Amino acid sequence: MAKVRTLKITWLYGAKMNIYGDRGNVLALAQRARWRGIAPNVVEVGLGERIPEDSDVFFFGGGQDQEQIAVSRDLAGVKGEAIKSAVEDGAALLSICGGYQLLGHEYRPHEAAPLPGIGLFDVDSEAGSERFIGNVVIDSRWGPLVGFENHSGLTFLGEAARSMGTVRIGRGNNGRDRTGGVIYKTAIGCYLHGSLLPKNPKLTDWLLSAGLRRRYGEVDLEPLNDSIEESAHASAVERAFVTR
Amino acid sequence: MTRFIALSNLRLSASVVAARATAVGIRRLGRGGGTSAPGLIAARIDPAMLTKLTSRLPQGSIVIAGTNGKTTTSRMVADVLAANGYRVVHNRSGSNLVRGVASAFAVQATLTGDPGGDVAVIESDEAAFPEIVQLVRPRIIVLNNLFRDQLDRYGELDTIARKWKGSLATLGAETTIVFNADDPGLTAITRGLPAKTVAFGLNERTHTLAALPHAADAATCFACGADLSYSRLYLSHLGDWHCSSCGVERPHLDVTGCEVELDGVESLSMTIDRGGESDRYSIGVPGLYNAYNTLAAVATTRHVGVPQATVHTALVNFRSAFGRIERVMYRGRKLTLALVKNPVGFNEVLRMLTAENGTLTVPTLIAINDLHADGRDVSWLWDVDFELLATGSGMLGATGLRGADMANRLKYAGVAESRMFTLPPDLAAGLDAFVDQLTEGEQGYVLPTYTAMLEIRKTMADRGAVETFWQQ
Repeated sequence: MAKVRTLKITWLYGAKMNIYGDRGNVLALAQRARWRGIAPNVVEVGLGERIPEDSDVFFFGGGQDQEQIAVSRDLAGVKGEAIKSAVEDGAALLSICGGYQLLGHEYRPHEAAPLPGIGLFDVDSEAGSERFIGNVVIDSRWGPLVGFENHSGLTFLGEAARSMGTVRIGRGNNGRDRTGGVIYKTAIGCYLHGSLLPKNPKLTDWLLSAGLRRRYGEVDLEPLNDSIEESAHASAVERAFVTR
Repeated sequence: MTRFIALSNLRLSASVVAARATAVGIRRLGRGGGTSAPGLIAARIDPAMLTKLTSRLPQGSIVIAGTNGKTTTSRMVADVLAANGYRVVHNRSGSNLVRGVASAFAVQATLTGDPGGDVAVIESDEAAFPEIVQLVRPRIIVLNNLFRDQLDRYGELDTIARKWKGSLATLGAETTIVFNADDPGLTAITRGLPAKTVAFGLNERTHTLAALPHAADAATCFACGADLSYSRLYLSHLGDWHCSSCGVERPHLDVTGCEVELDGVESLSMTIDRGGESDRYSIGVPGLYNAYNTLAAVATTRHVGVPQATVHTALVNFRSAFGRIERVMYRGRKLTLALVKNPVGFNEVLRMLTAENGTLTVPTLIAINDLHADGRDVSWLWDVDFELLATGSGMLGATGLRGADMANRLKYAGVAESRMFTLPPDLAAGLDAFVDQLTEGEQGYVLPTYTAMLEIRKTMADRGAVETFWQQ
């Protein structure tokens, strides 16, 4: 009998950066692995703790302002480098909101010192004057992605950055250029809460495939019955059209 | 000077007349309870109306705030004060923004500017709290708790706490703040103020949690920033807390609840100690969260001097607010409705429904809307510990504008698809499809968000199952 496949999911700062139900993303990754007989191993990495070298998939959510300052300090140096080299080596990564901002070059608040990021993504963020709140639909390579944005930070893509998709409904990265999120190799950053992954299973499976590829080489993920997910996706898209 | 006062009274009378006419008009048109629009008009005509009317109350005003339990606590306090013979002005319908409060006053006040009551009980929305405090200059403020709630409406918790603290600092020693000392966040914002304080909390052995739930915001020490420890944790981040790093701890309790007994979705009983006096209360509202509401109500009404026997009798006869917890006979099925509106509240409802044997055994309908009053963002469903429902025999169904998101949440919580009813998103149709699955006389739970609750109640009322709320 074949050995049970495993997948290490590293949840960055789960205790501090967990507003807006972002843990649903970790649940989605773990459950969709489990339903295919893959044993997920979810590891929470907090302030001062090391990044496991064999991380296959990273998740990094949003936090309140005060918590983001401590996390920015903690990421400087070895920890940030460990995340970057894992992504270079093929690890998958999803970051949302505050996590997304801290993986760019920096975040500039209104009246405080800039918060340095680790520069995984070629993006810069700054505090805006308006808060973008509402449902979002972004056209992407996985079809329409649907989520909920709630941010006043504005993120701008640099020369080398590629947008994850085009905003159809909502404001996206900055409310100006219709870009939604960023993609670099198998790493993603965006402003979509919701939770994002449970109702966008194609994206979830893309992240899982990348993580498994890193651990086991090429991997085919067996299809699942996604009728409940698809219906959640469809109703969220419909509400996005109605509410914005 | 005389002329000035006369003019100012005239303006006040005009406000009251206009507001009352609006309330009556709306009710005649059958558009609803008529609870907010008159206040809006009154506030437009005379923004100082609230200040003038509340200043004329012989017993002053009591403002009650907190993420969860403020409606129930306000109703308890108002019932006790009424039982004590006071005429109470109260925004009883739960319309708790400035205009809702103004409505309550407009309806009761006389045209000569008499508030028409002895005392006001004012339930306040979290965001409206600083403005309401500024307008009514309360004699007593009751603070229940601060939890994460509808971030798209209220913003981050830190922001609310900061605004509350600023507002409380403006009050002098003539105001008393009755606060839940089991909440370290409330303890932080009520320390060192000119106002007097009364601390309440639990000393309870049975109903404790093993660890902070996911939905609890990280409890950190306000003095040194270290993570707080709990010798006993009761609900979310509420408990007997201390800081192992700098030694700050839960303050001495002036009013203590202990020996809590919970009887499912029916009732609770507890002993409340206050200085040398001790009394056992049995109340027809269930769940540990209602033990906190009861404690707040007893601390407040005893503080204003209502005799112990009166408090006791009024609370024993207490009926909960509409939809908060309600038992309804509908199409021959025994339905229990419980409002769900944020992660902590939902967790406590689930805790109550599974308390008897650790799992859900009764068929349950969850109705999730995403209208403004519910919060547009349904992300919060992912902060609720639905994993508790993964085992158990009770069937589950989801309906409402975001019923599909809810069904998906249950799937990822590990609820087998064989235990889920597939229901239409339309609330009336969803409710009936759920009820069709129950046998005659069978019990069912219905857990709606705010606007879903209003619509479900209306569906039931159209069939004569419940009274409409403003008749209460």
